Amino acid sequence: MTDITTNLKTESHGIEVRGVNKDFGDFHALRDVDLIVPDGSMTALLGPSGSGKSTLLRTIAGLETPSTGQVLIGGEDQAKKPVRTRNVGFVFQHYAAFKHMSVFDNIAFGLKVRKWKKDKVKARVDELIDLVQLTGLGRRYPSQLSGGQRQRMALARALAVEPSVLLLDEPFGALDAKVRKDLRTWLRRLHDEVHVTTIFVTHDQEEAMDIAEQIVVMNEGQIEQTGSATDLYDRPANEFVMGFVGEVNSLGGKLVRPHDTEILPEPAPGTVEVEIDRVVRLGFSGRVEMLTVPDKKEVWAQLTRSELETLDLESGATAHVRPRPDAVTKDDTGALEDAFREESPATRRPIPAEPGLPV
Amino acid sequence: MSGERGLTRYGLRFVALFYLAALLLLPIGVALVKTFDDGIGEVIDQITEPDAIHALKMSLLTVIIAVPLNTIFGIAAAHVIVRSDMRFKWLIGAVIDMPFAVSPVVIGLSLILVYGTGGWFGADLAAQGIQVIFSTPGIVIAVIFVSLPFVAREVIPVMQEIGTDQETAAETLGASAWQTFYKITLPAIRWGVTYGIVLTTARALGEFGAVTVVSGNISGETQTLPLYVSKQFETFNSVGAYSASLVLAILALGTLLFMNLLRRRED
Amino acid sequence: MTAIAAPRPRAGIRLPGVSGALSKGLVVTYLSLIVLLPLAAIASKAFSDGLGSFWDAVSQPQAVAALKLTVICSLIVVLINAVMGTLIAWVLVRDEFPGKGIVNSVIDLPFALPTIVASLTLLTLYGKDSPFGVDVAYTRVAVVIALLFVTLPFVVRAVQPLLLSLDRDMEAAAESLGAGRARIFRQIVFPNLAPGIAAGVALAFARALGEFGALVLISGNVPYKTEVASVFIRGQIESDNIVGAAAVSVVLLAVSMTLLAFVNLIQKWGLRDER
Repeated sequence: MTDITTNLKTESHGIEVRGVNKDFGDFHALRDVDLIVPDGSMTALLGPSGSGKSTLLRTIAGLETPSTGQVLIGGEDQAKKPVRTRNVGFVFQHYAAFKHMSVFDNIAFGLKVRKWKKDKVKARVDELIDLVQLTGLGRRYPSQLSGGQRQRMALARALAVEPSVLLLDEPFGALDAKVRKDLRTWLRRLHDEVHVTTIFVTHDQEEAMDIAEQIVVMNEGQIEQTGSATDLYDRPANEFVMGFVGEVNSLGGKLVRPHDTEILPEPAPGTVEVEIDRVVRLGFSGRVEMLTVPDKKEVWAQLTRSELETLDLESGATAHVRPRPDAVTKDDTGALEDAFREESPATRRPIPAEPGLPV
Repeated sequence: MSGERGLTRYGLRFVALFYLAALLLLPIGVALVKTFDDGIGEVIDQITEPDAIHALKMSLLTVIIAVPLNTIFGIAAAHVIVRSDMRFKWLIGAVIDMPFAVSPVVIGLSLILVYGTGGWFGADLAAQGIQVIFSTPGIVIAVIFVSLPFVAREVIPVMQEIGTDQETAAETLGASAWQTFYKITLPAIRWGVTYGIVLTTARALGEFGAVTVVSGNISGETQTLPLYVSKQFETFNSVGAYSASLVLAILALGTLLFMNLLRRRED
Repeated sequence: MTAIAAPRPRAGIRLPGVSGALSKGLVVTYLSLIVLLPLAAIASKAFSDGLGSFWDAVSQPQAVAALKLTVICSLIVVLINAVMGTLIAWVLVRDEFPGKGIVNSVIDLPFALPTIVASLTLLTLYGKDSPFGVDVAYTRVAVVIALLFVTLPFVVRAVQPLLLSLDRDMEAAAESLGAGRARIFRQIVFPNLAPGIAAGVALAFARALGEFGALVLISGNVPYKTEVASVFIRGQIESDNIVGAAAVSVVLLAVSMTLLAFVNLIQKWGLRDER
């Protein structure tokens, strides 16, 4: 395994995005995006569909050209460089396996482009097949592999050419929940061994928070906030980030975290009247699910066991809730609901007018 | 970079369009112009000649017989192929495809060998006083042969795709086989049938080689419109040939346009 | 156009009783009367005077010349089609320009147009009175042009759906791995188009071998020079040399049927890989 780590270049392969805008006709996919991705780090681009995260990733890769702005890899402006000279590894959501080639030939593809000798190709491909745990499957065809196996093959293929940067576009999006979780952990371990600057796109905040060192939250083509999982959760920059990363309640015109939601038996300044729906005891903590009395909105609170016992709540009872005094809150302007609406036409990415790749 | 790509893209586009122009569009355009060399009056005179009109009628007659027969056959064959477990189904599919592999002249010959006076059924037919070859029935059979596959081939994939669920549901609700077919299957396959009919018609109208051999090409008697075109050309009546061609071309284009309209309506 | 691959039967669903047997009977009878018996009659007639007679008819110089010309011209035509058909399909799928829809519809014209009209039309542009002075009538070039006309749609229509369903991400992946456009086409795109090209070529070849109407006016039908097999057969029929006509017909039939079977195999193979 050490062969792979020592083979990698030790120069900096940090990525810098400066003032990038990308338009598809009238549609502004990216607006004034500035981003720094430290060398060797694992960064997640997180956001709802249509937020521009895939477009940003593809722009870094060179699969899209920015309308304005710059992309730098290792300090070098990539403007004049087509994707095939950028030495980036790209992994697609639907694997993009060369379905007419065997697993071995898929992984070997980039090496053959670089005219490696046959024995060197075999050595490296075999090494990678072992790395991604597809040992013995070299002669199989992608159609004979499971989704998870295909994606591991795609990763091996991208890593074969020792890219300076690894870019993954919703790599686990097409897989089952269990496989998704397993592969996510596996990717983290791989990154710990191989240390390639990695950026992955996801709409799953749990995924991002689980394995990324840095998370970039995007919405409608703009970066809302960049930071670690804790930064985003404890100190959200705005309403969108607070609602997208972690759970929130909308209470009296404010967004507040469930564990910051205080339940009182009697009304008090700032409380909203609720009816208890159900109480769920989960060992050391518990959830209380409630409906606000005026407009029947769902609200839930996370309490410790002792707090629950003190309150002694029952389904059907009335109570009063408000944010705790030291809670992090943001104003609820309703913008959050817009962002979460499925397939909102305004945020749907249009099909580019350019015929696209090789003609 | 985009300049390089642009060059290749324009290059390919140019080659494709040039090829299509030289092979298809230009010849058709030039022929169209030539047709009206002597003015539109002459063209109308030509296509209203009695022989021309008779040829057109003959063409339409064969179409009116061949198309419904092949349609019924096509639907029945599709049903057998897709829904039954007959042992030699694949053979039926293969035979249906055969008209695509047989030269029209060979088709004509094969029909003479079966239905001609020296042929397999020759004696029996003559005894009944039926003449097939050198007569209308022969032409009809030839046209049926060449246009046989289309409805079947259009309906088979549609039938496969819609599956049997609806039909099974109908049967569980008490529908008889015929009712199921009429009320469930037929409406489901109607687009396949329609496309098939259009293709069959176009093919039937345009058949030349098989009909040439089978008909004896007697003017005014056993002549379809394509044969008429050929005859006029041979007898140096170029305006006549072009005018009749125009009629055929218009009918052909009509079927193409109709096909396009249908596709749009289906969507 | 694709050949019919007999689909798997749906277990348990049978054609109901009487109507089932009736359908099968009707279908088989119809096919026999129209297609099977006539084709059997050709084979029968070809060998009716014995194997020796069959061989004499087929190896007769004029017959050989006709068959040779037919096969060679058809081969040239399908090779041109393989390239041009793929190119046209590519432009229709990947390119955008005003009027593309019309161009796409025009491709089907050779399917719809009667062959005799095609012959006359091509003669106008490429014959004696050509406005551009291109006179190739009564030459082998004319044979090739006429065959190109009638076989135009086959490869295009076979390749188009494959191009449409091609995963564009595969090409992007190849490019990200460093491949240039030429390599991407050669190693990624083309292998996935190959079954369509092969099927289109086979169908075009079968069509070209038997073509008659499109050639009859423009090729001149000069024996040994521009007489194709189908014209030769017609000549044999007219001279009442029926056995000879049947013999050469059998040769043509054998080649075409093999091609059809080939197309069928390609499609079964293609379906098998579908996942």
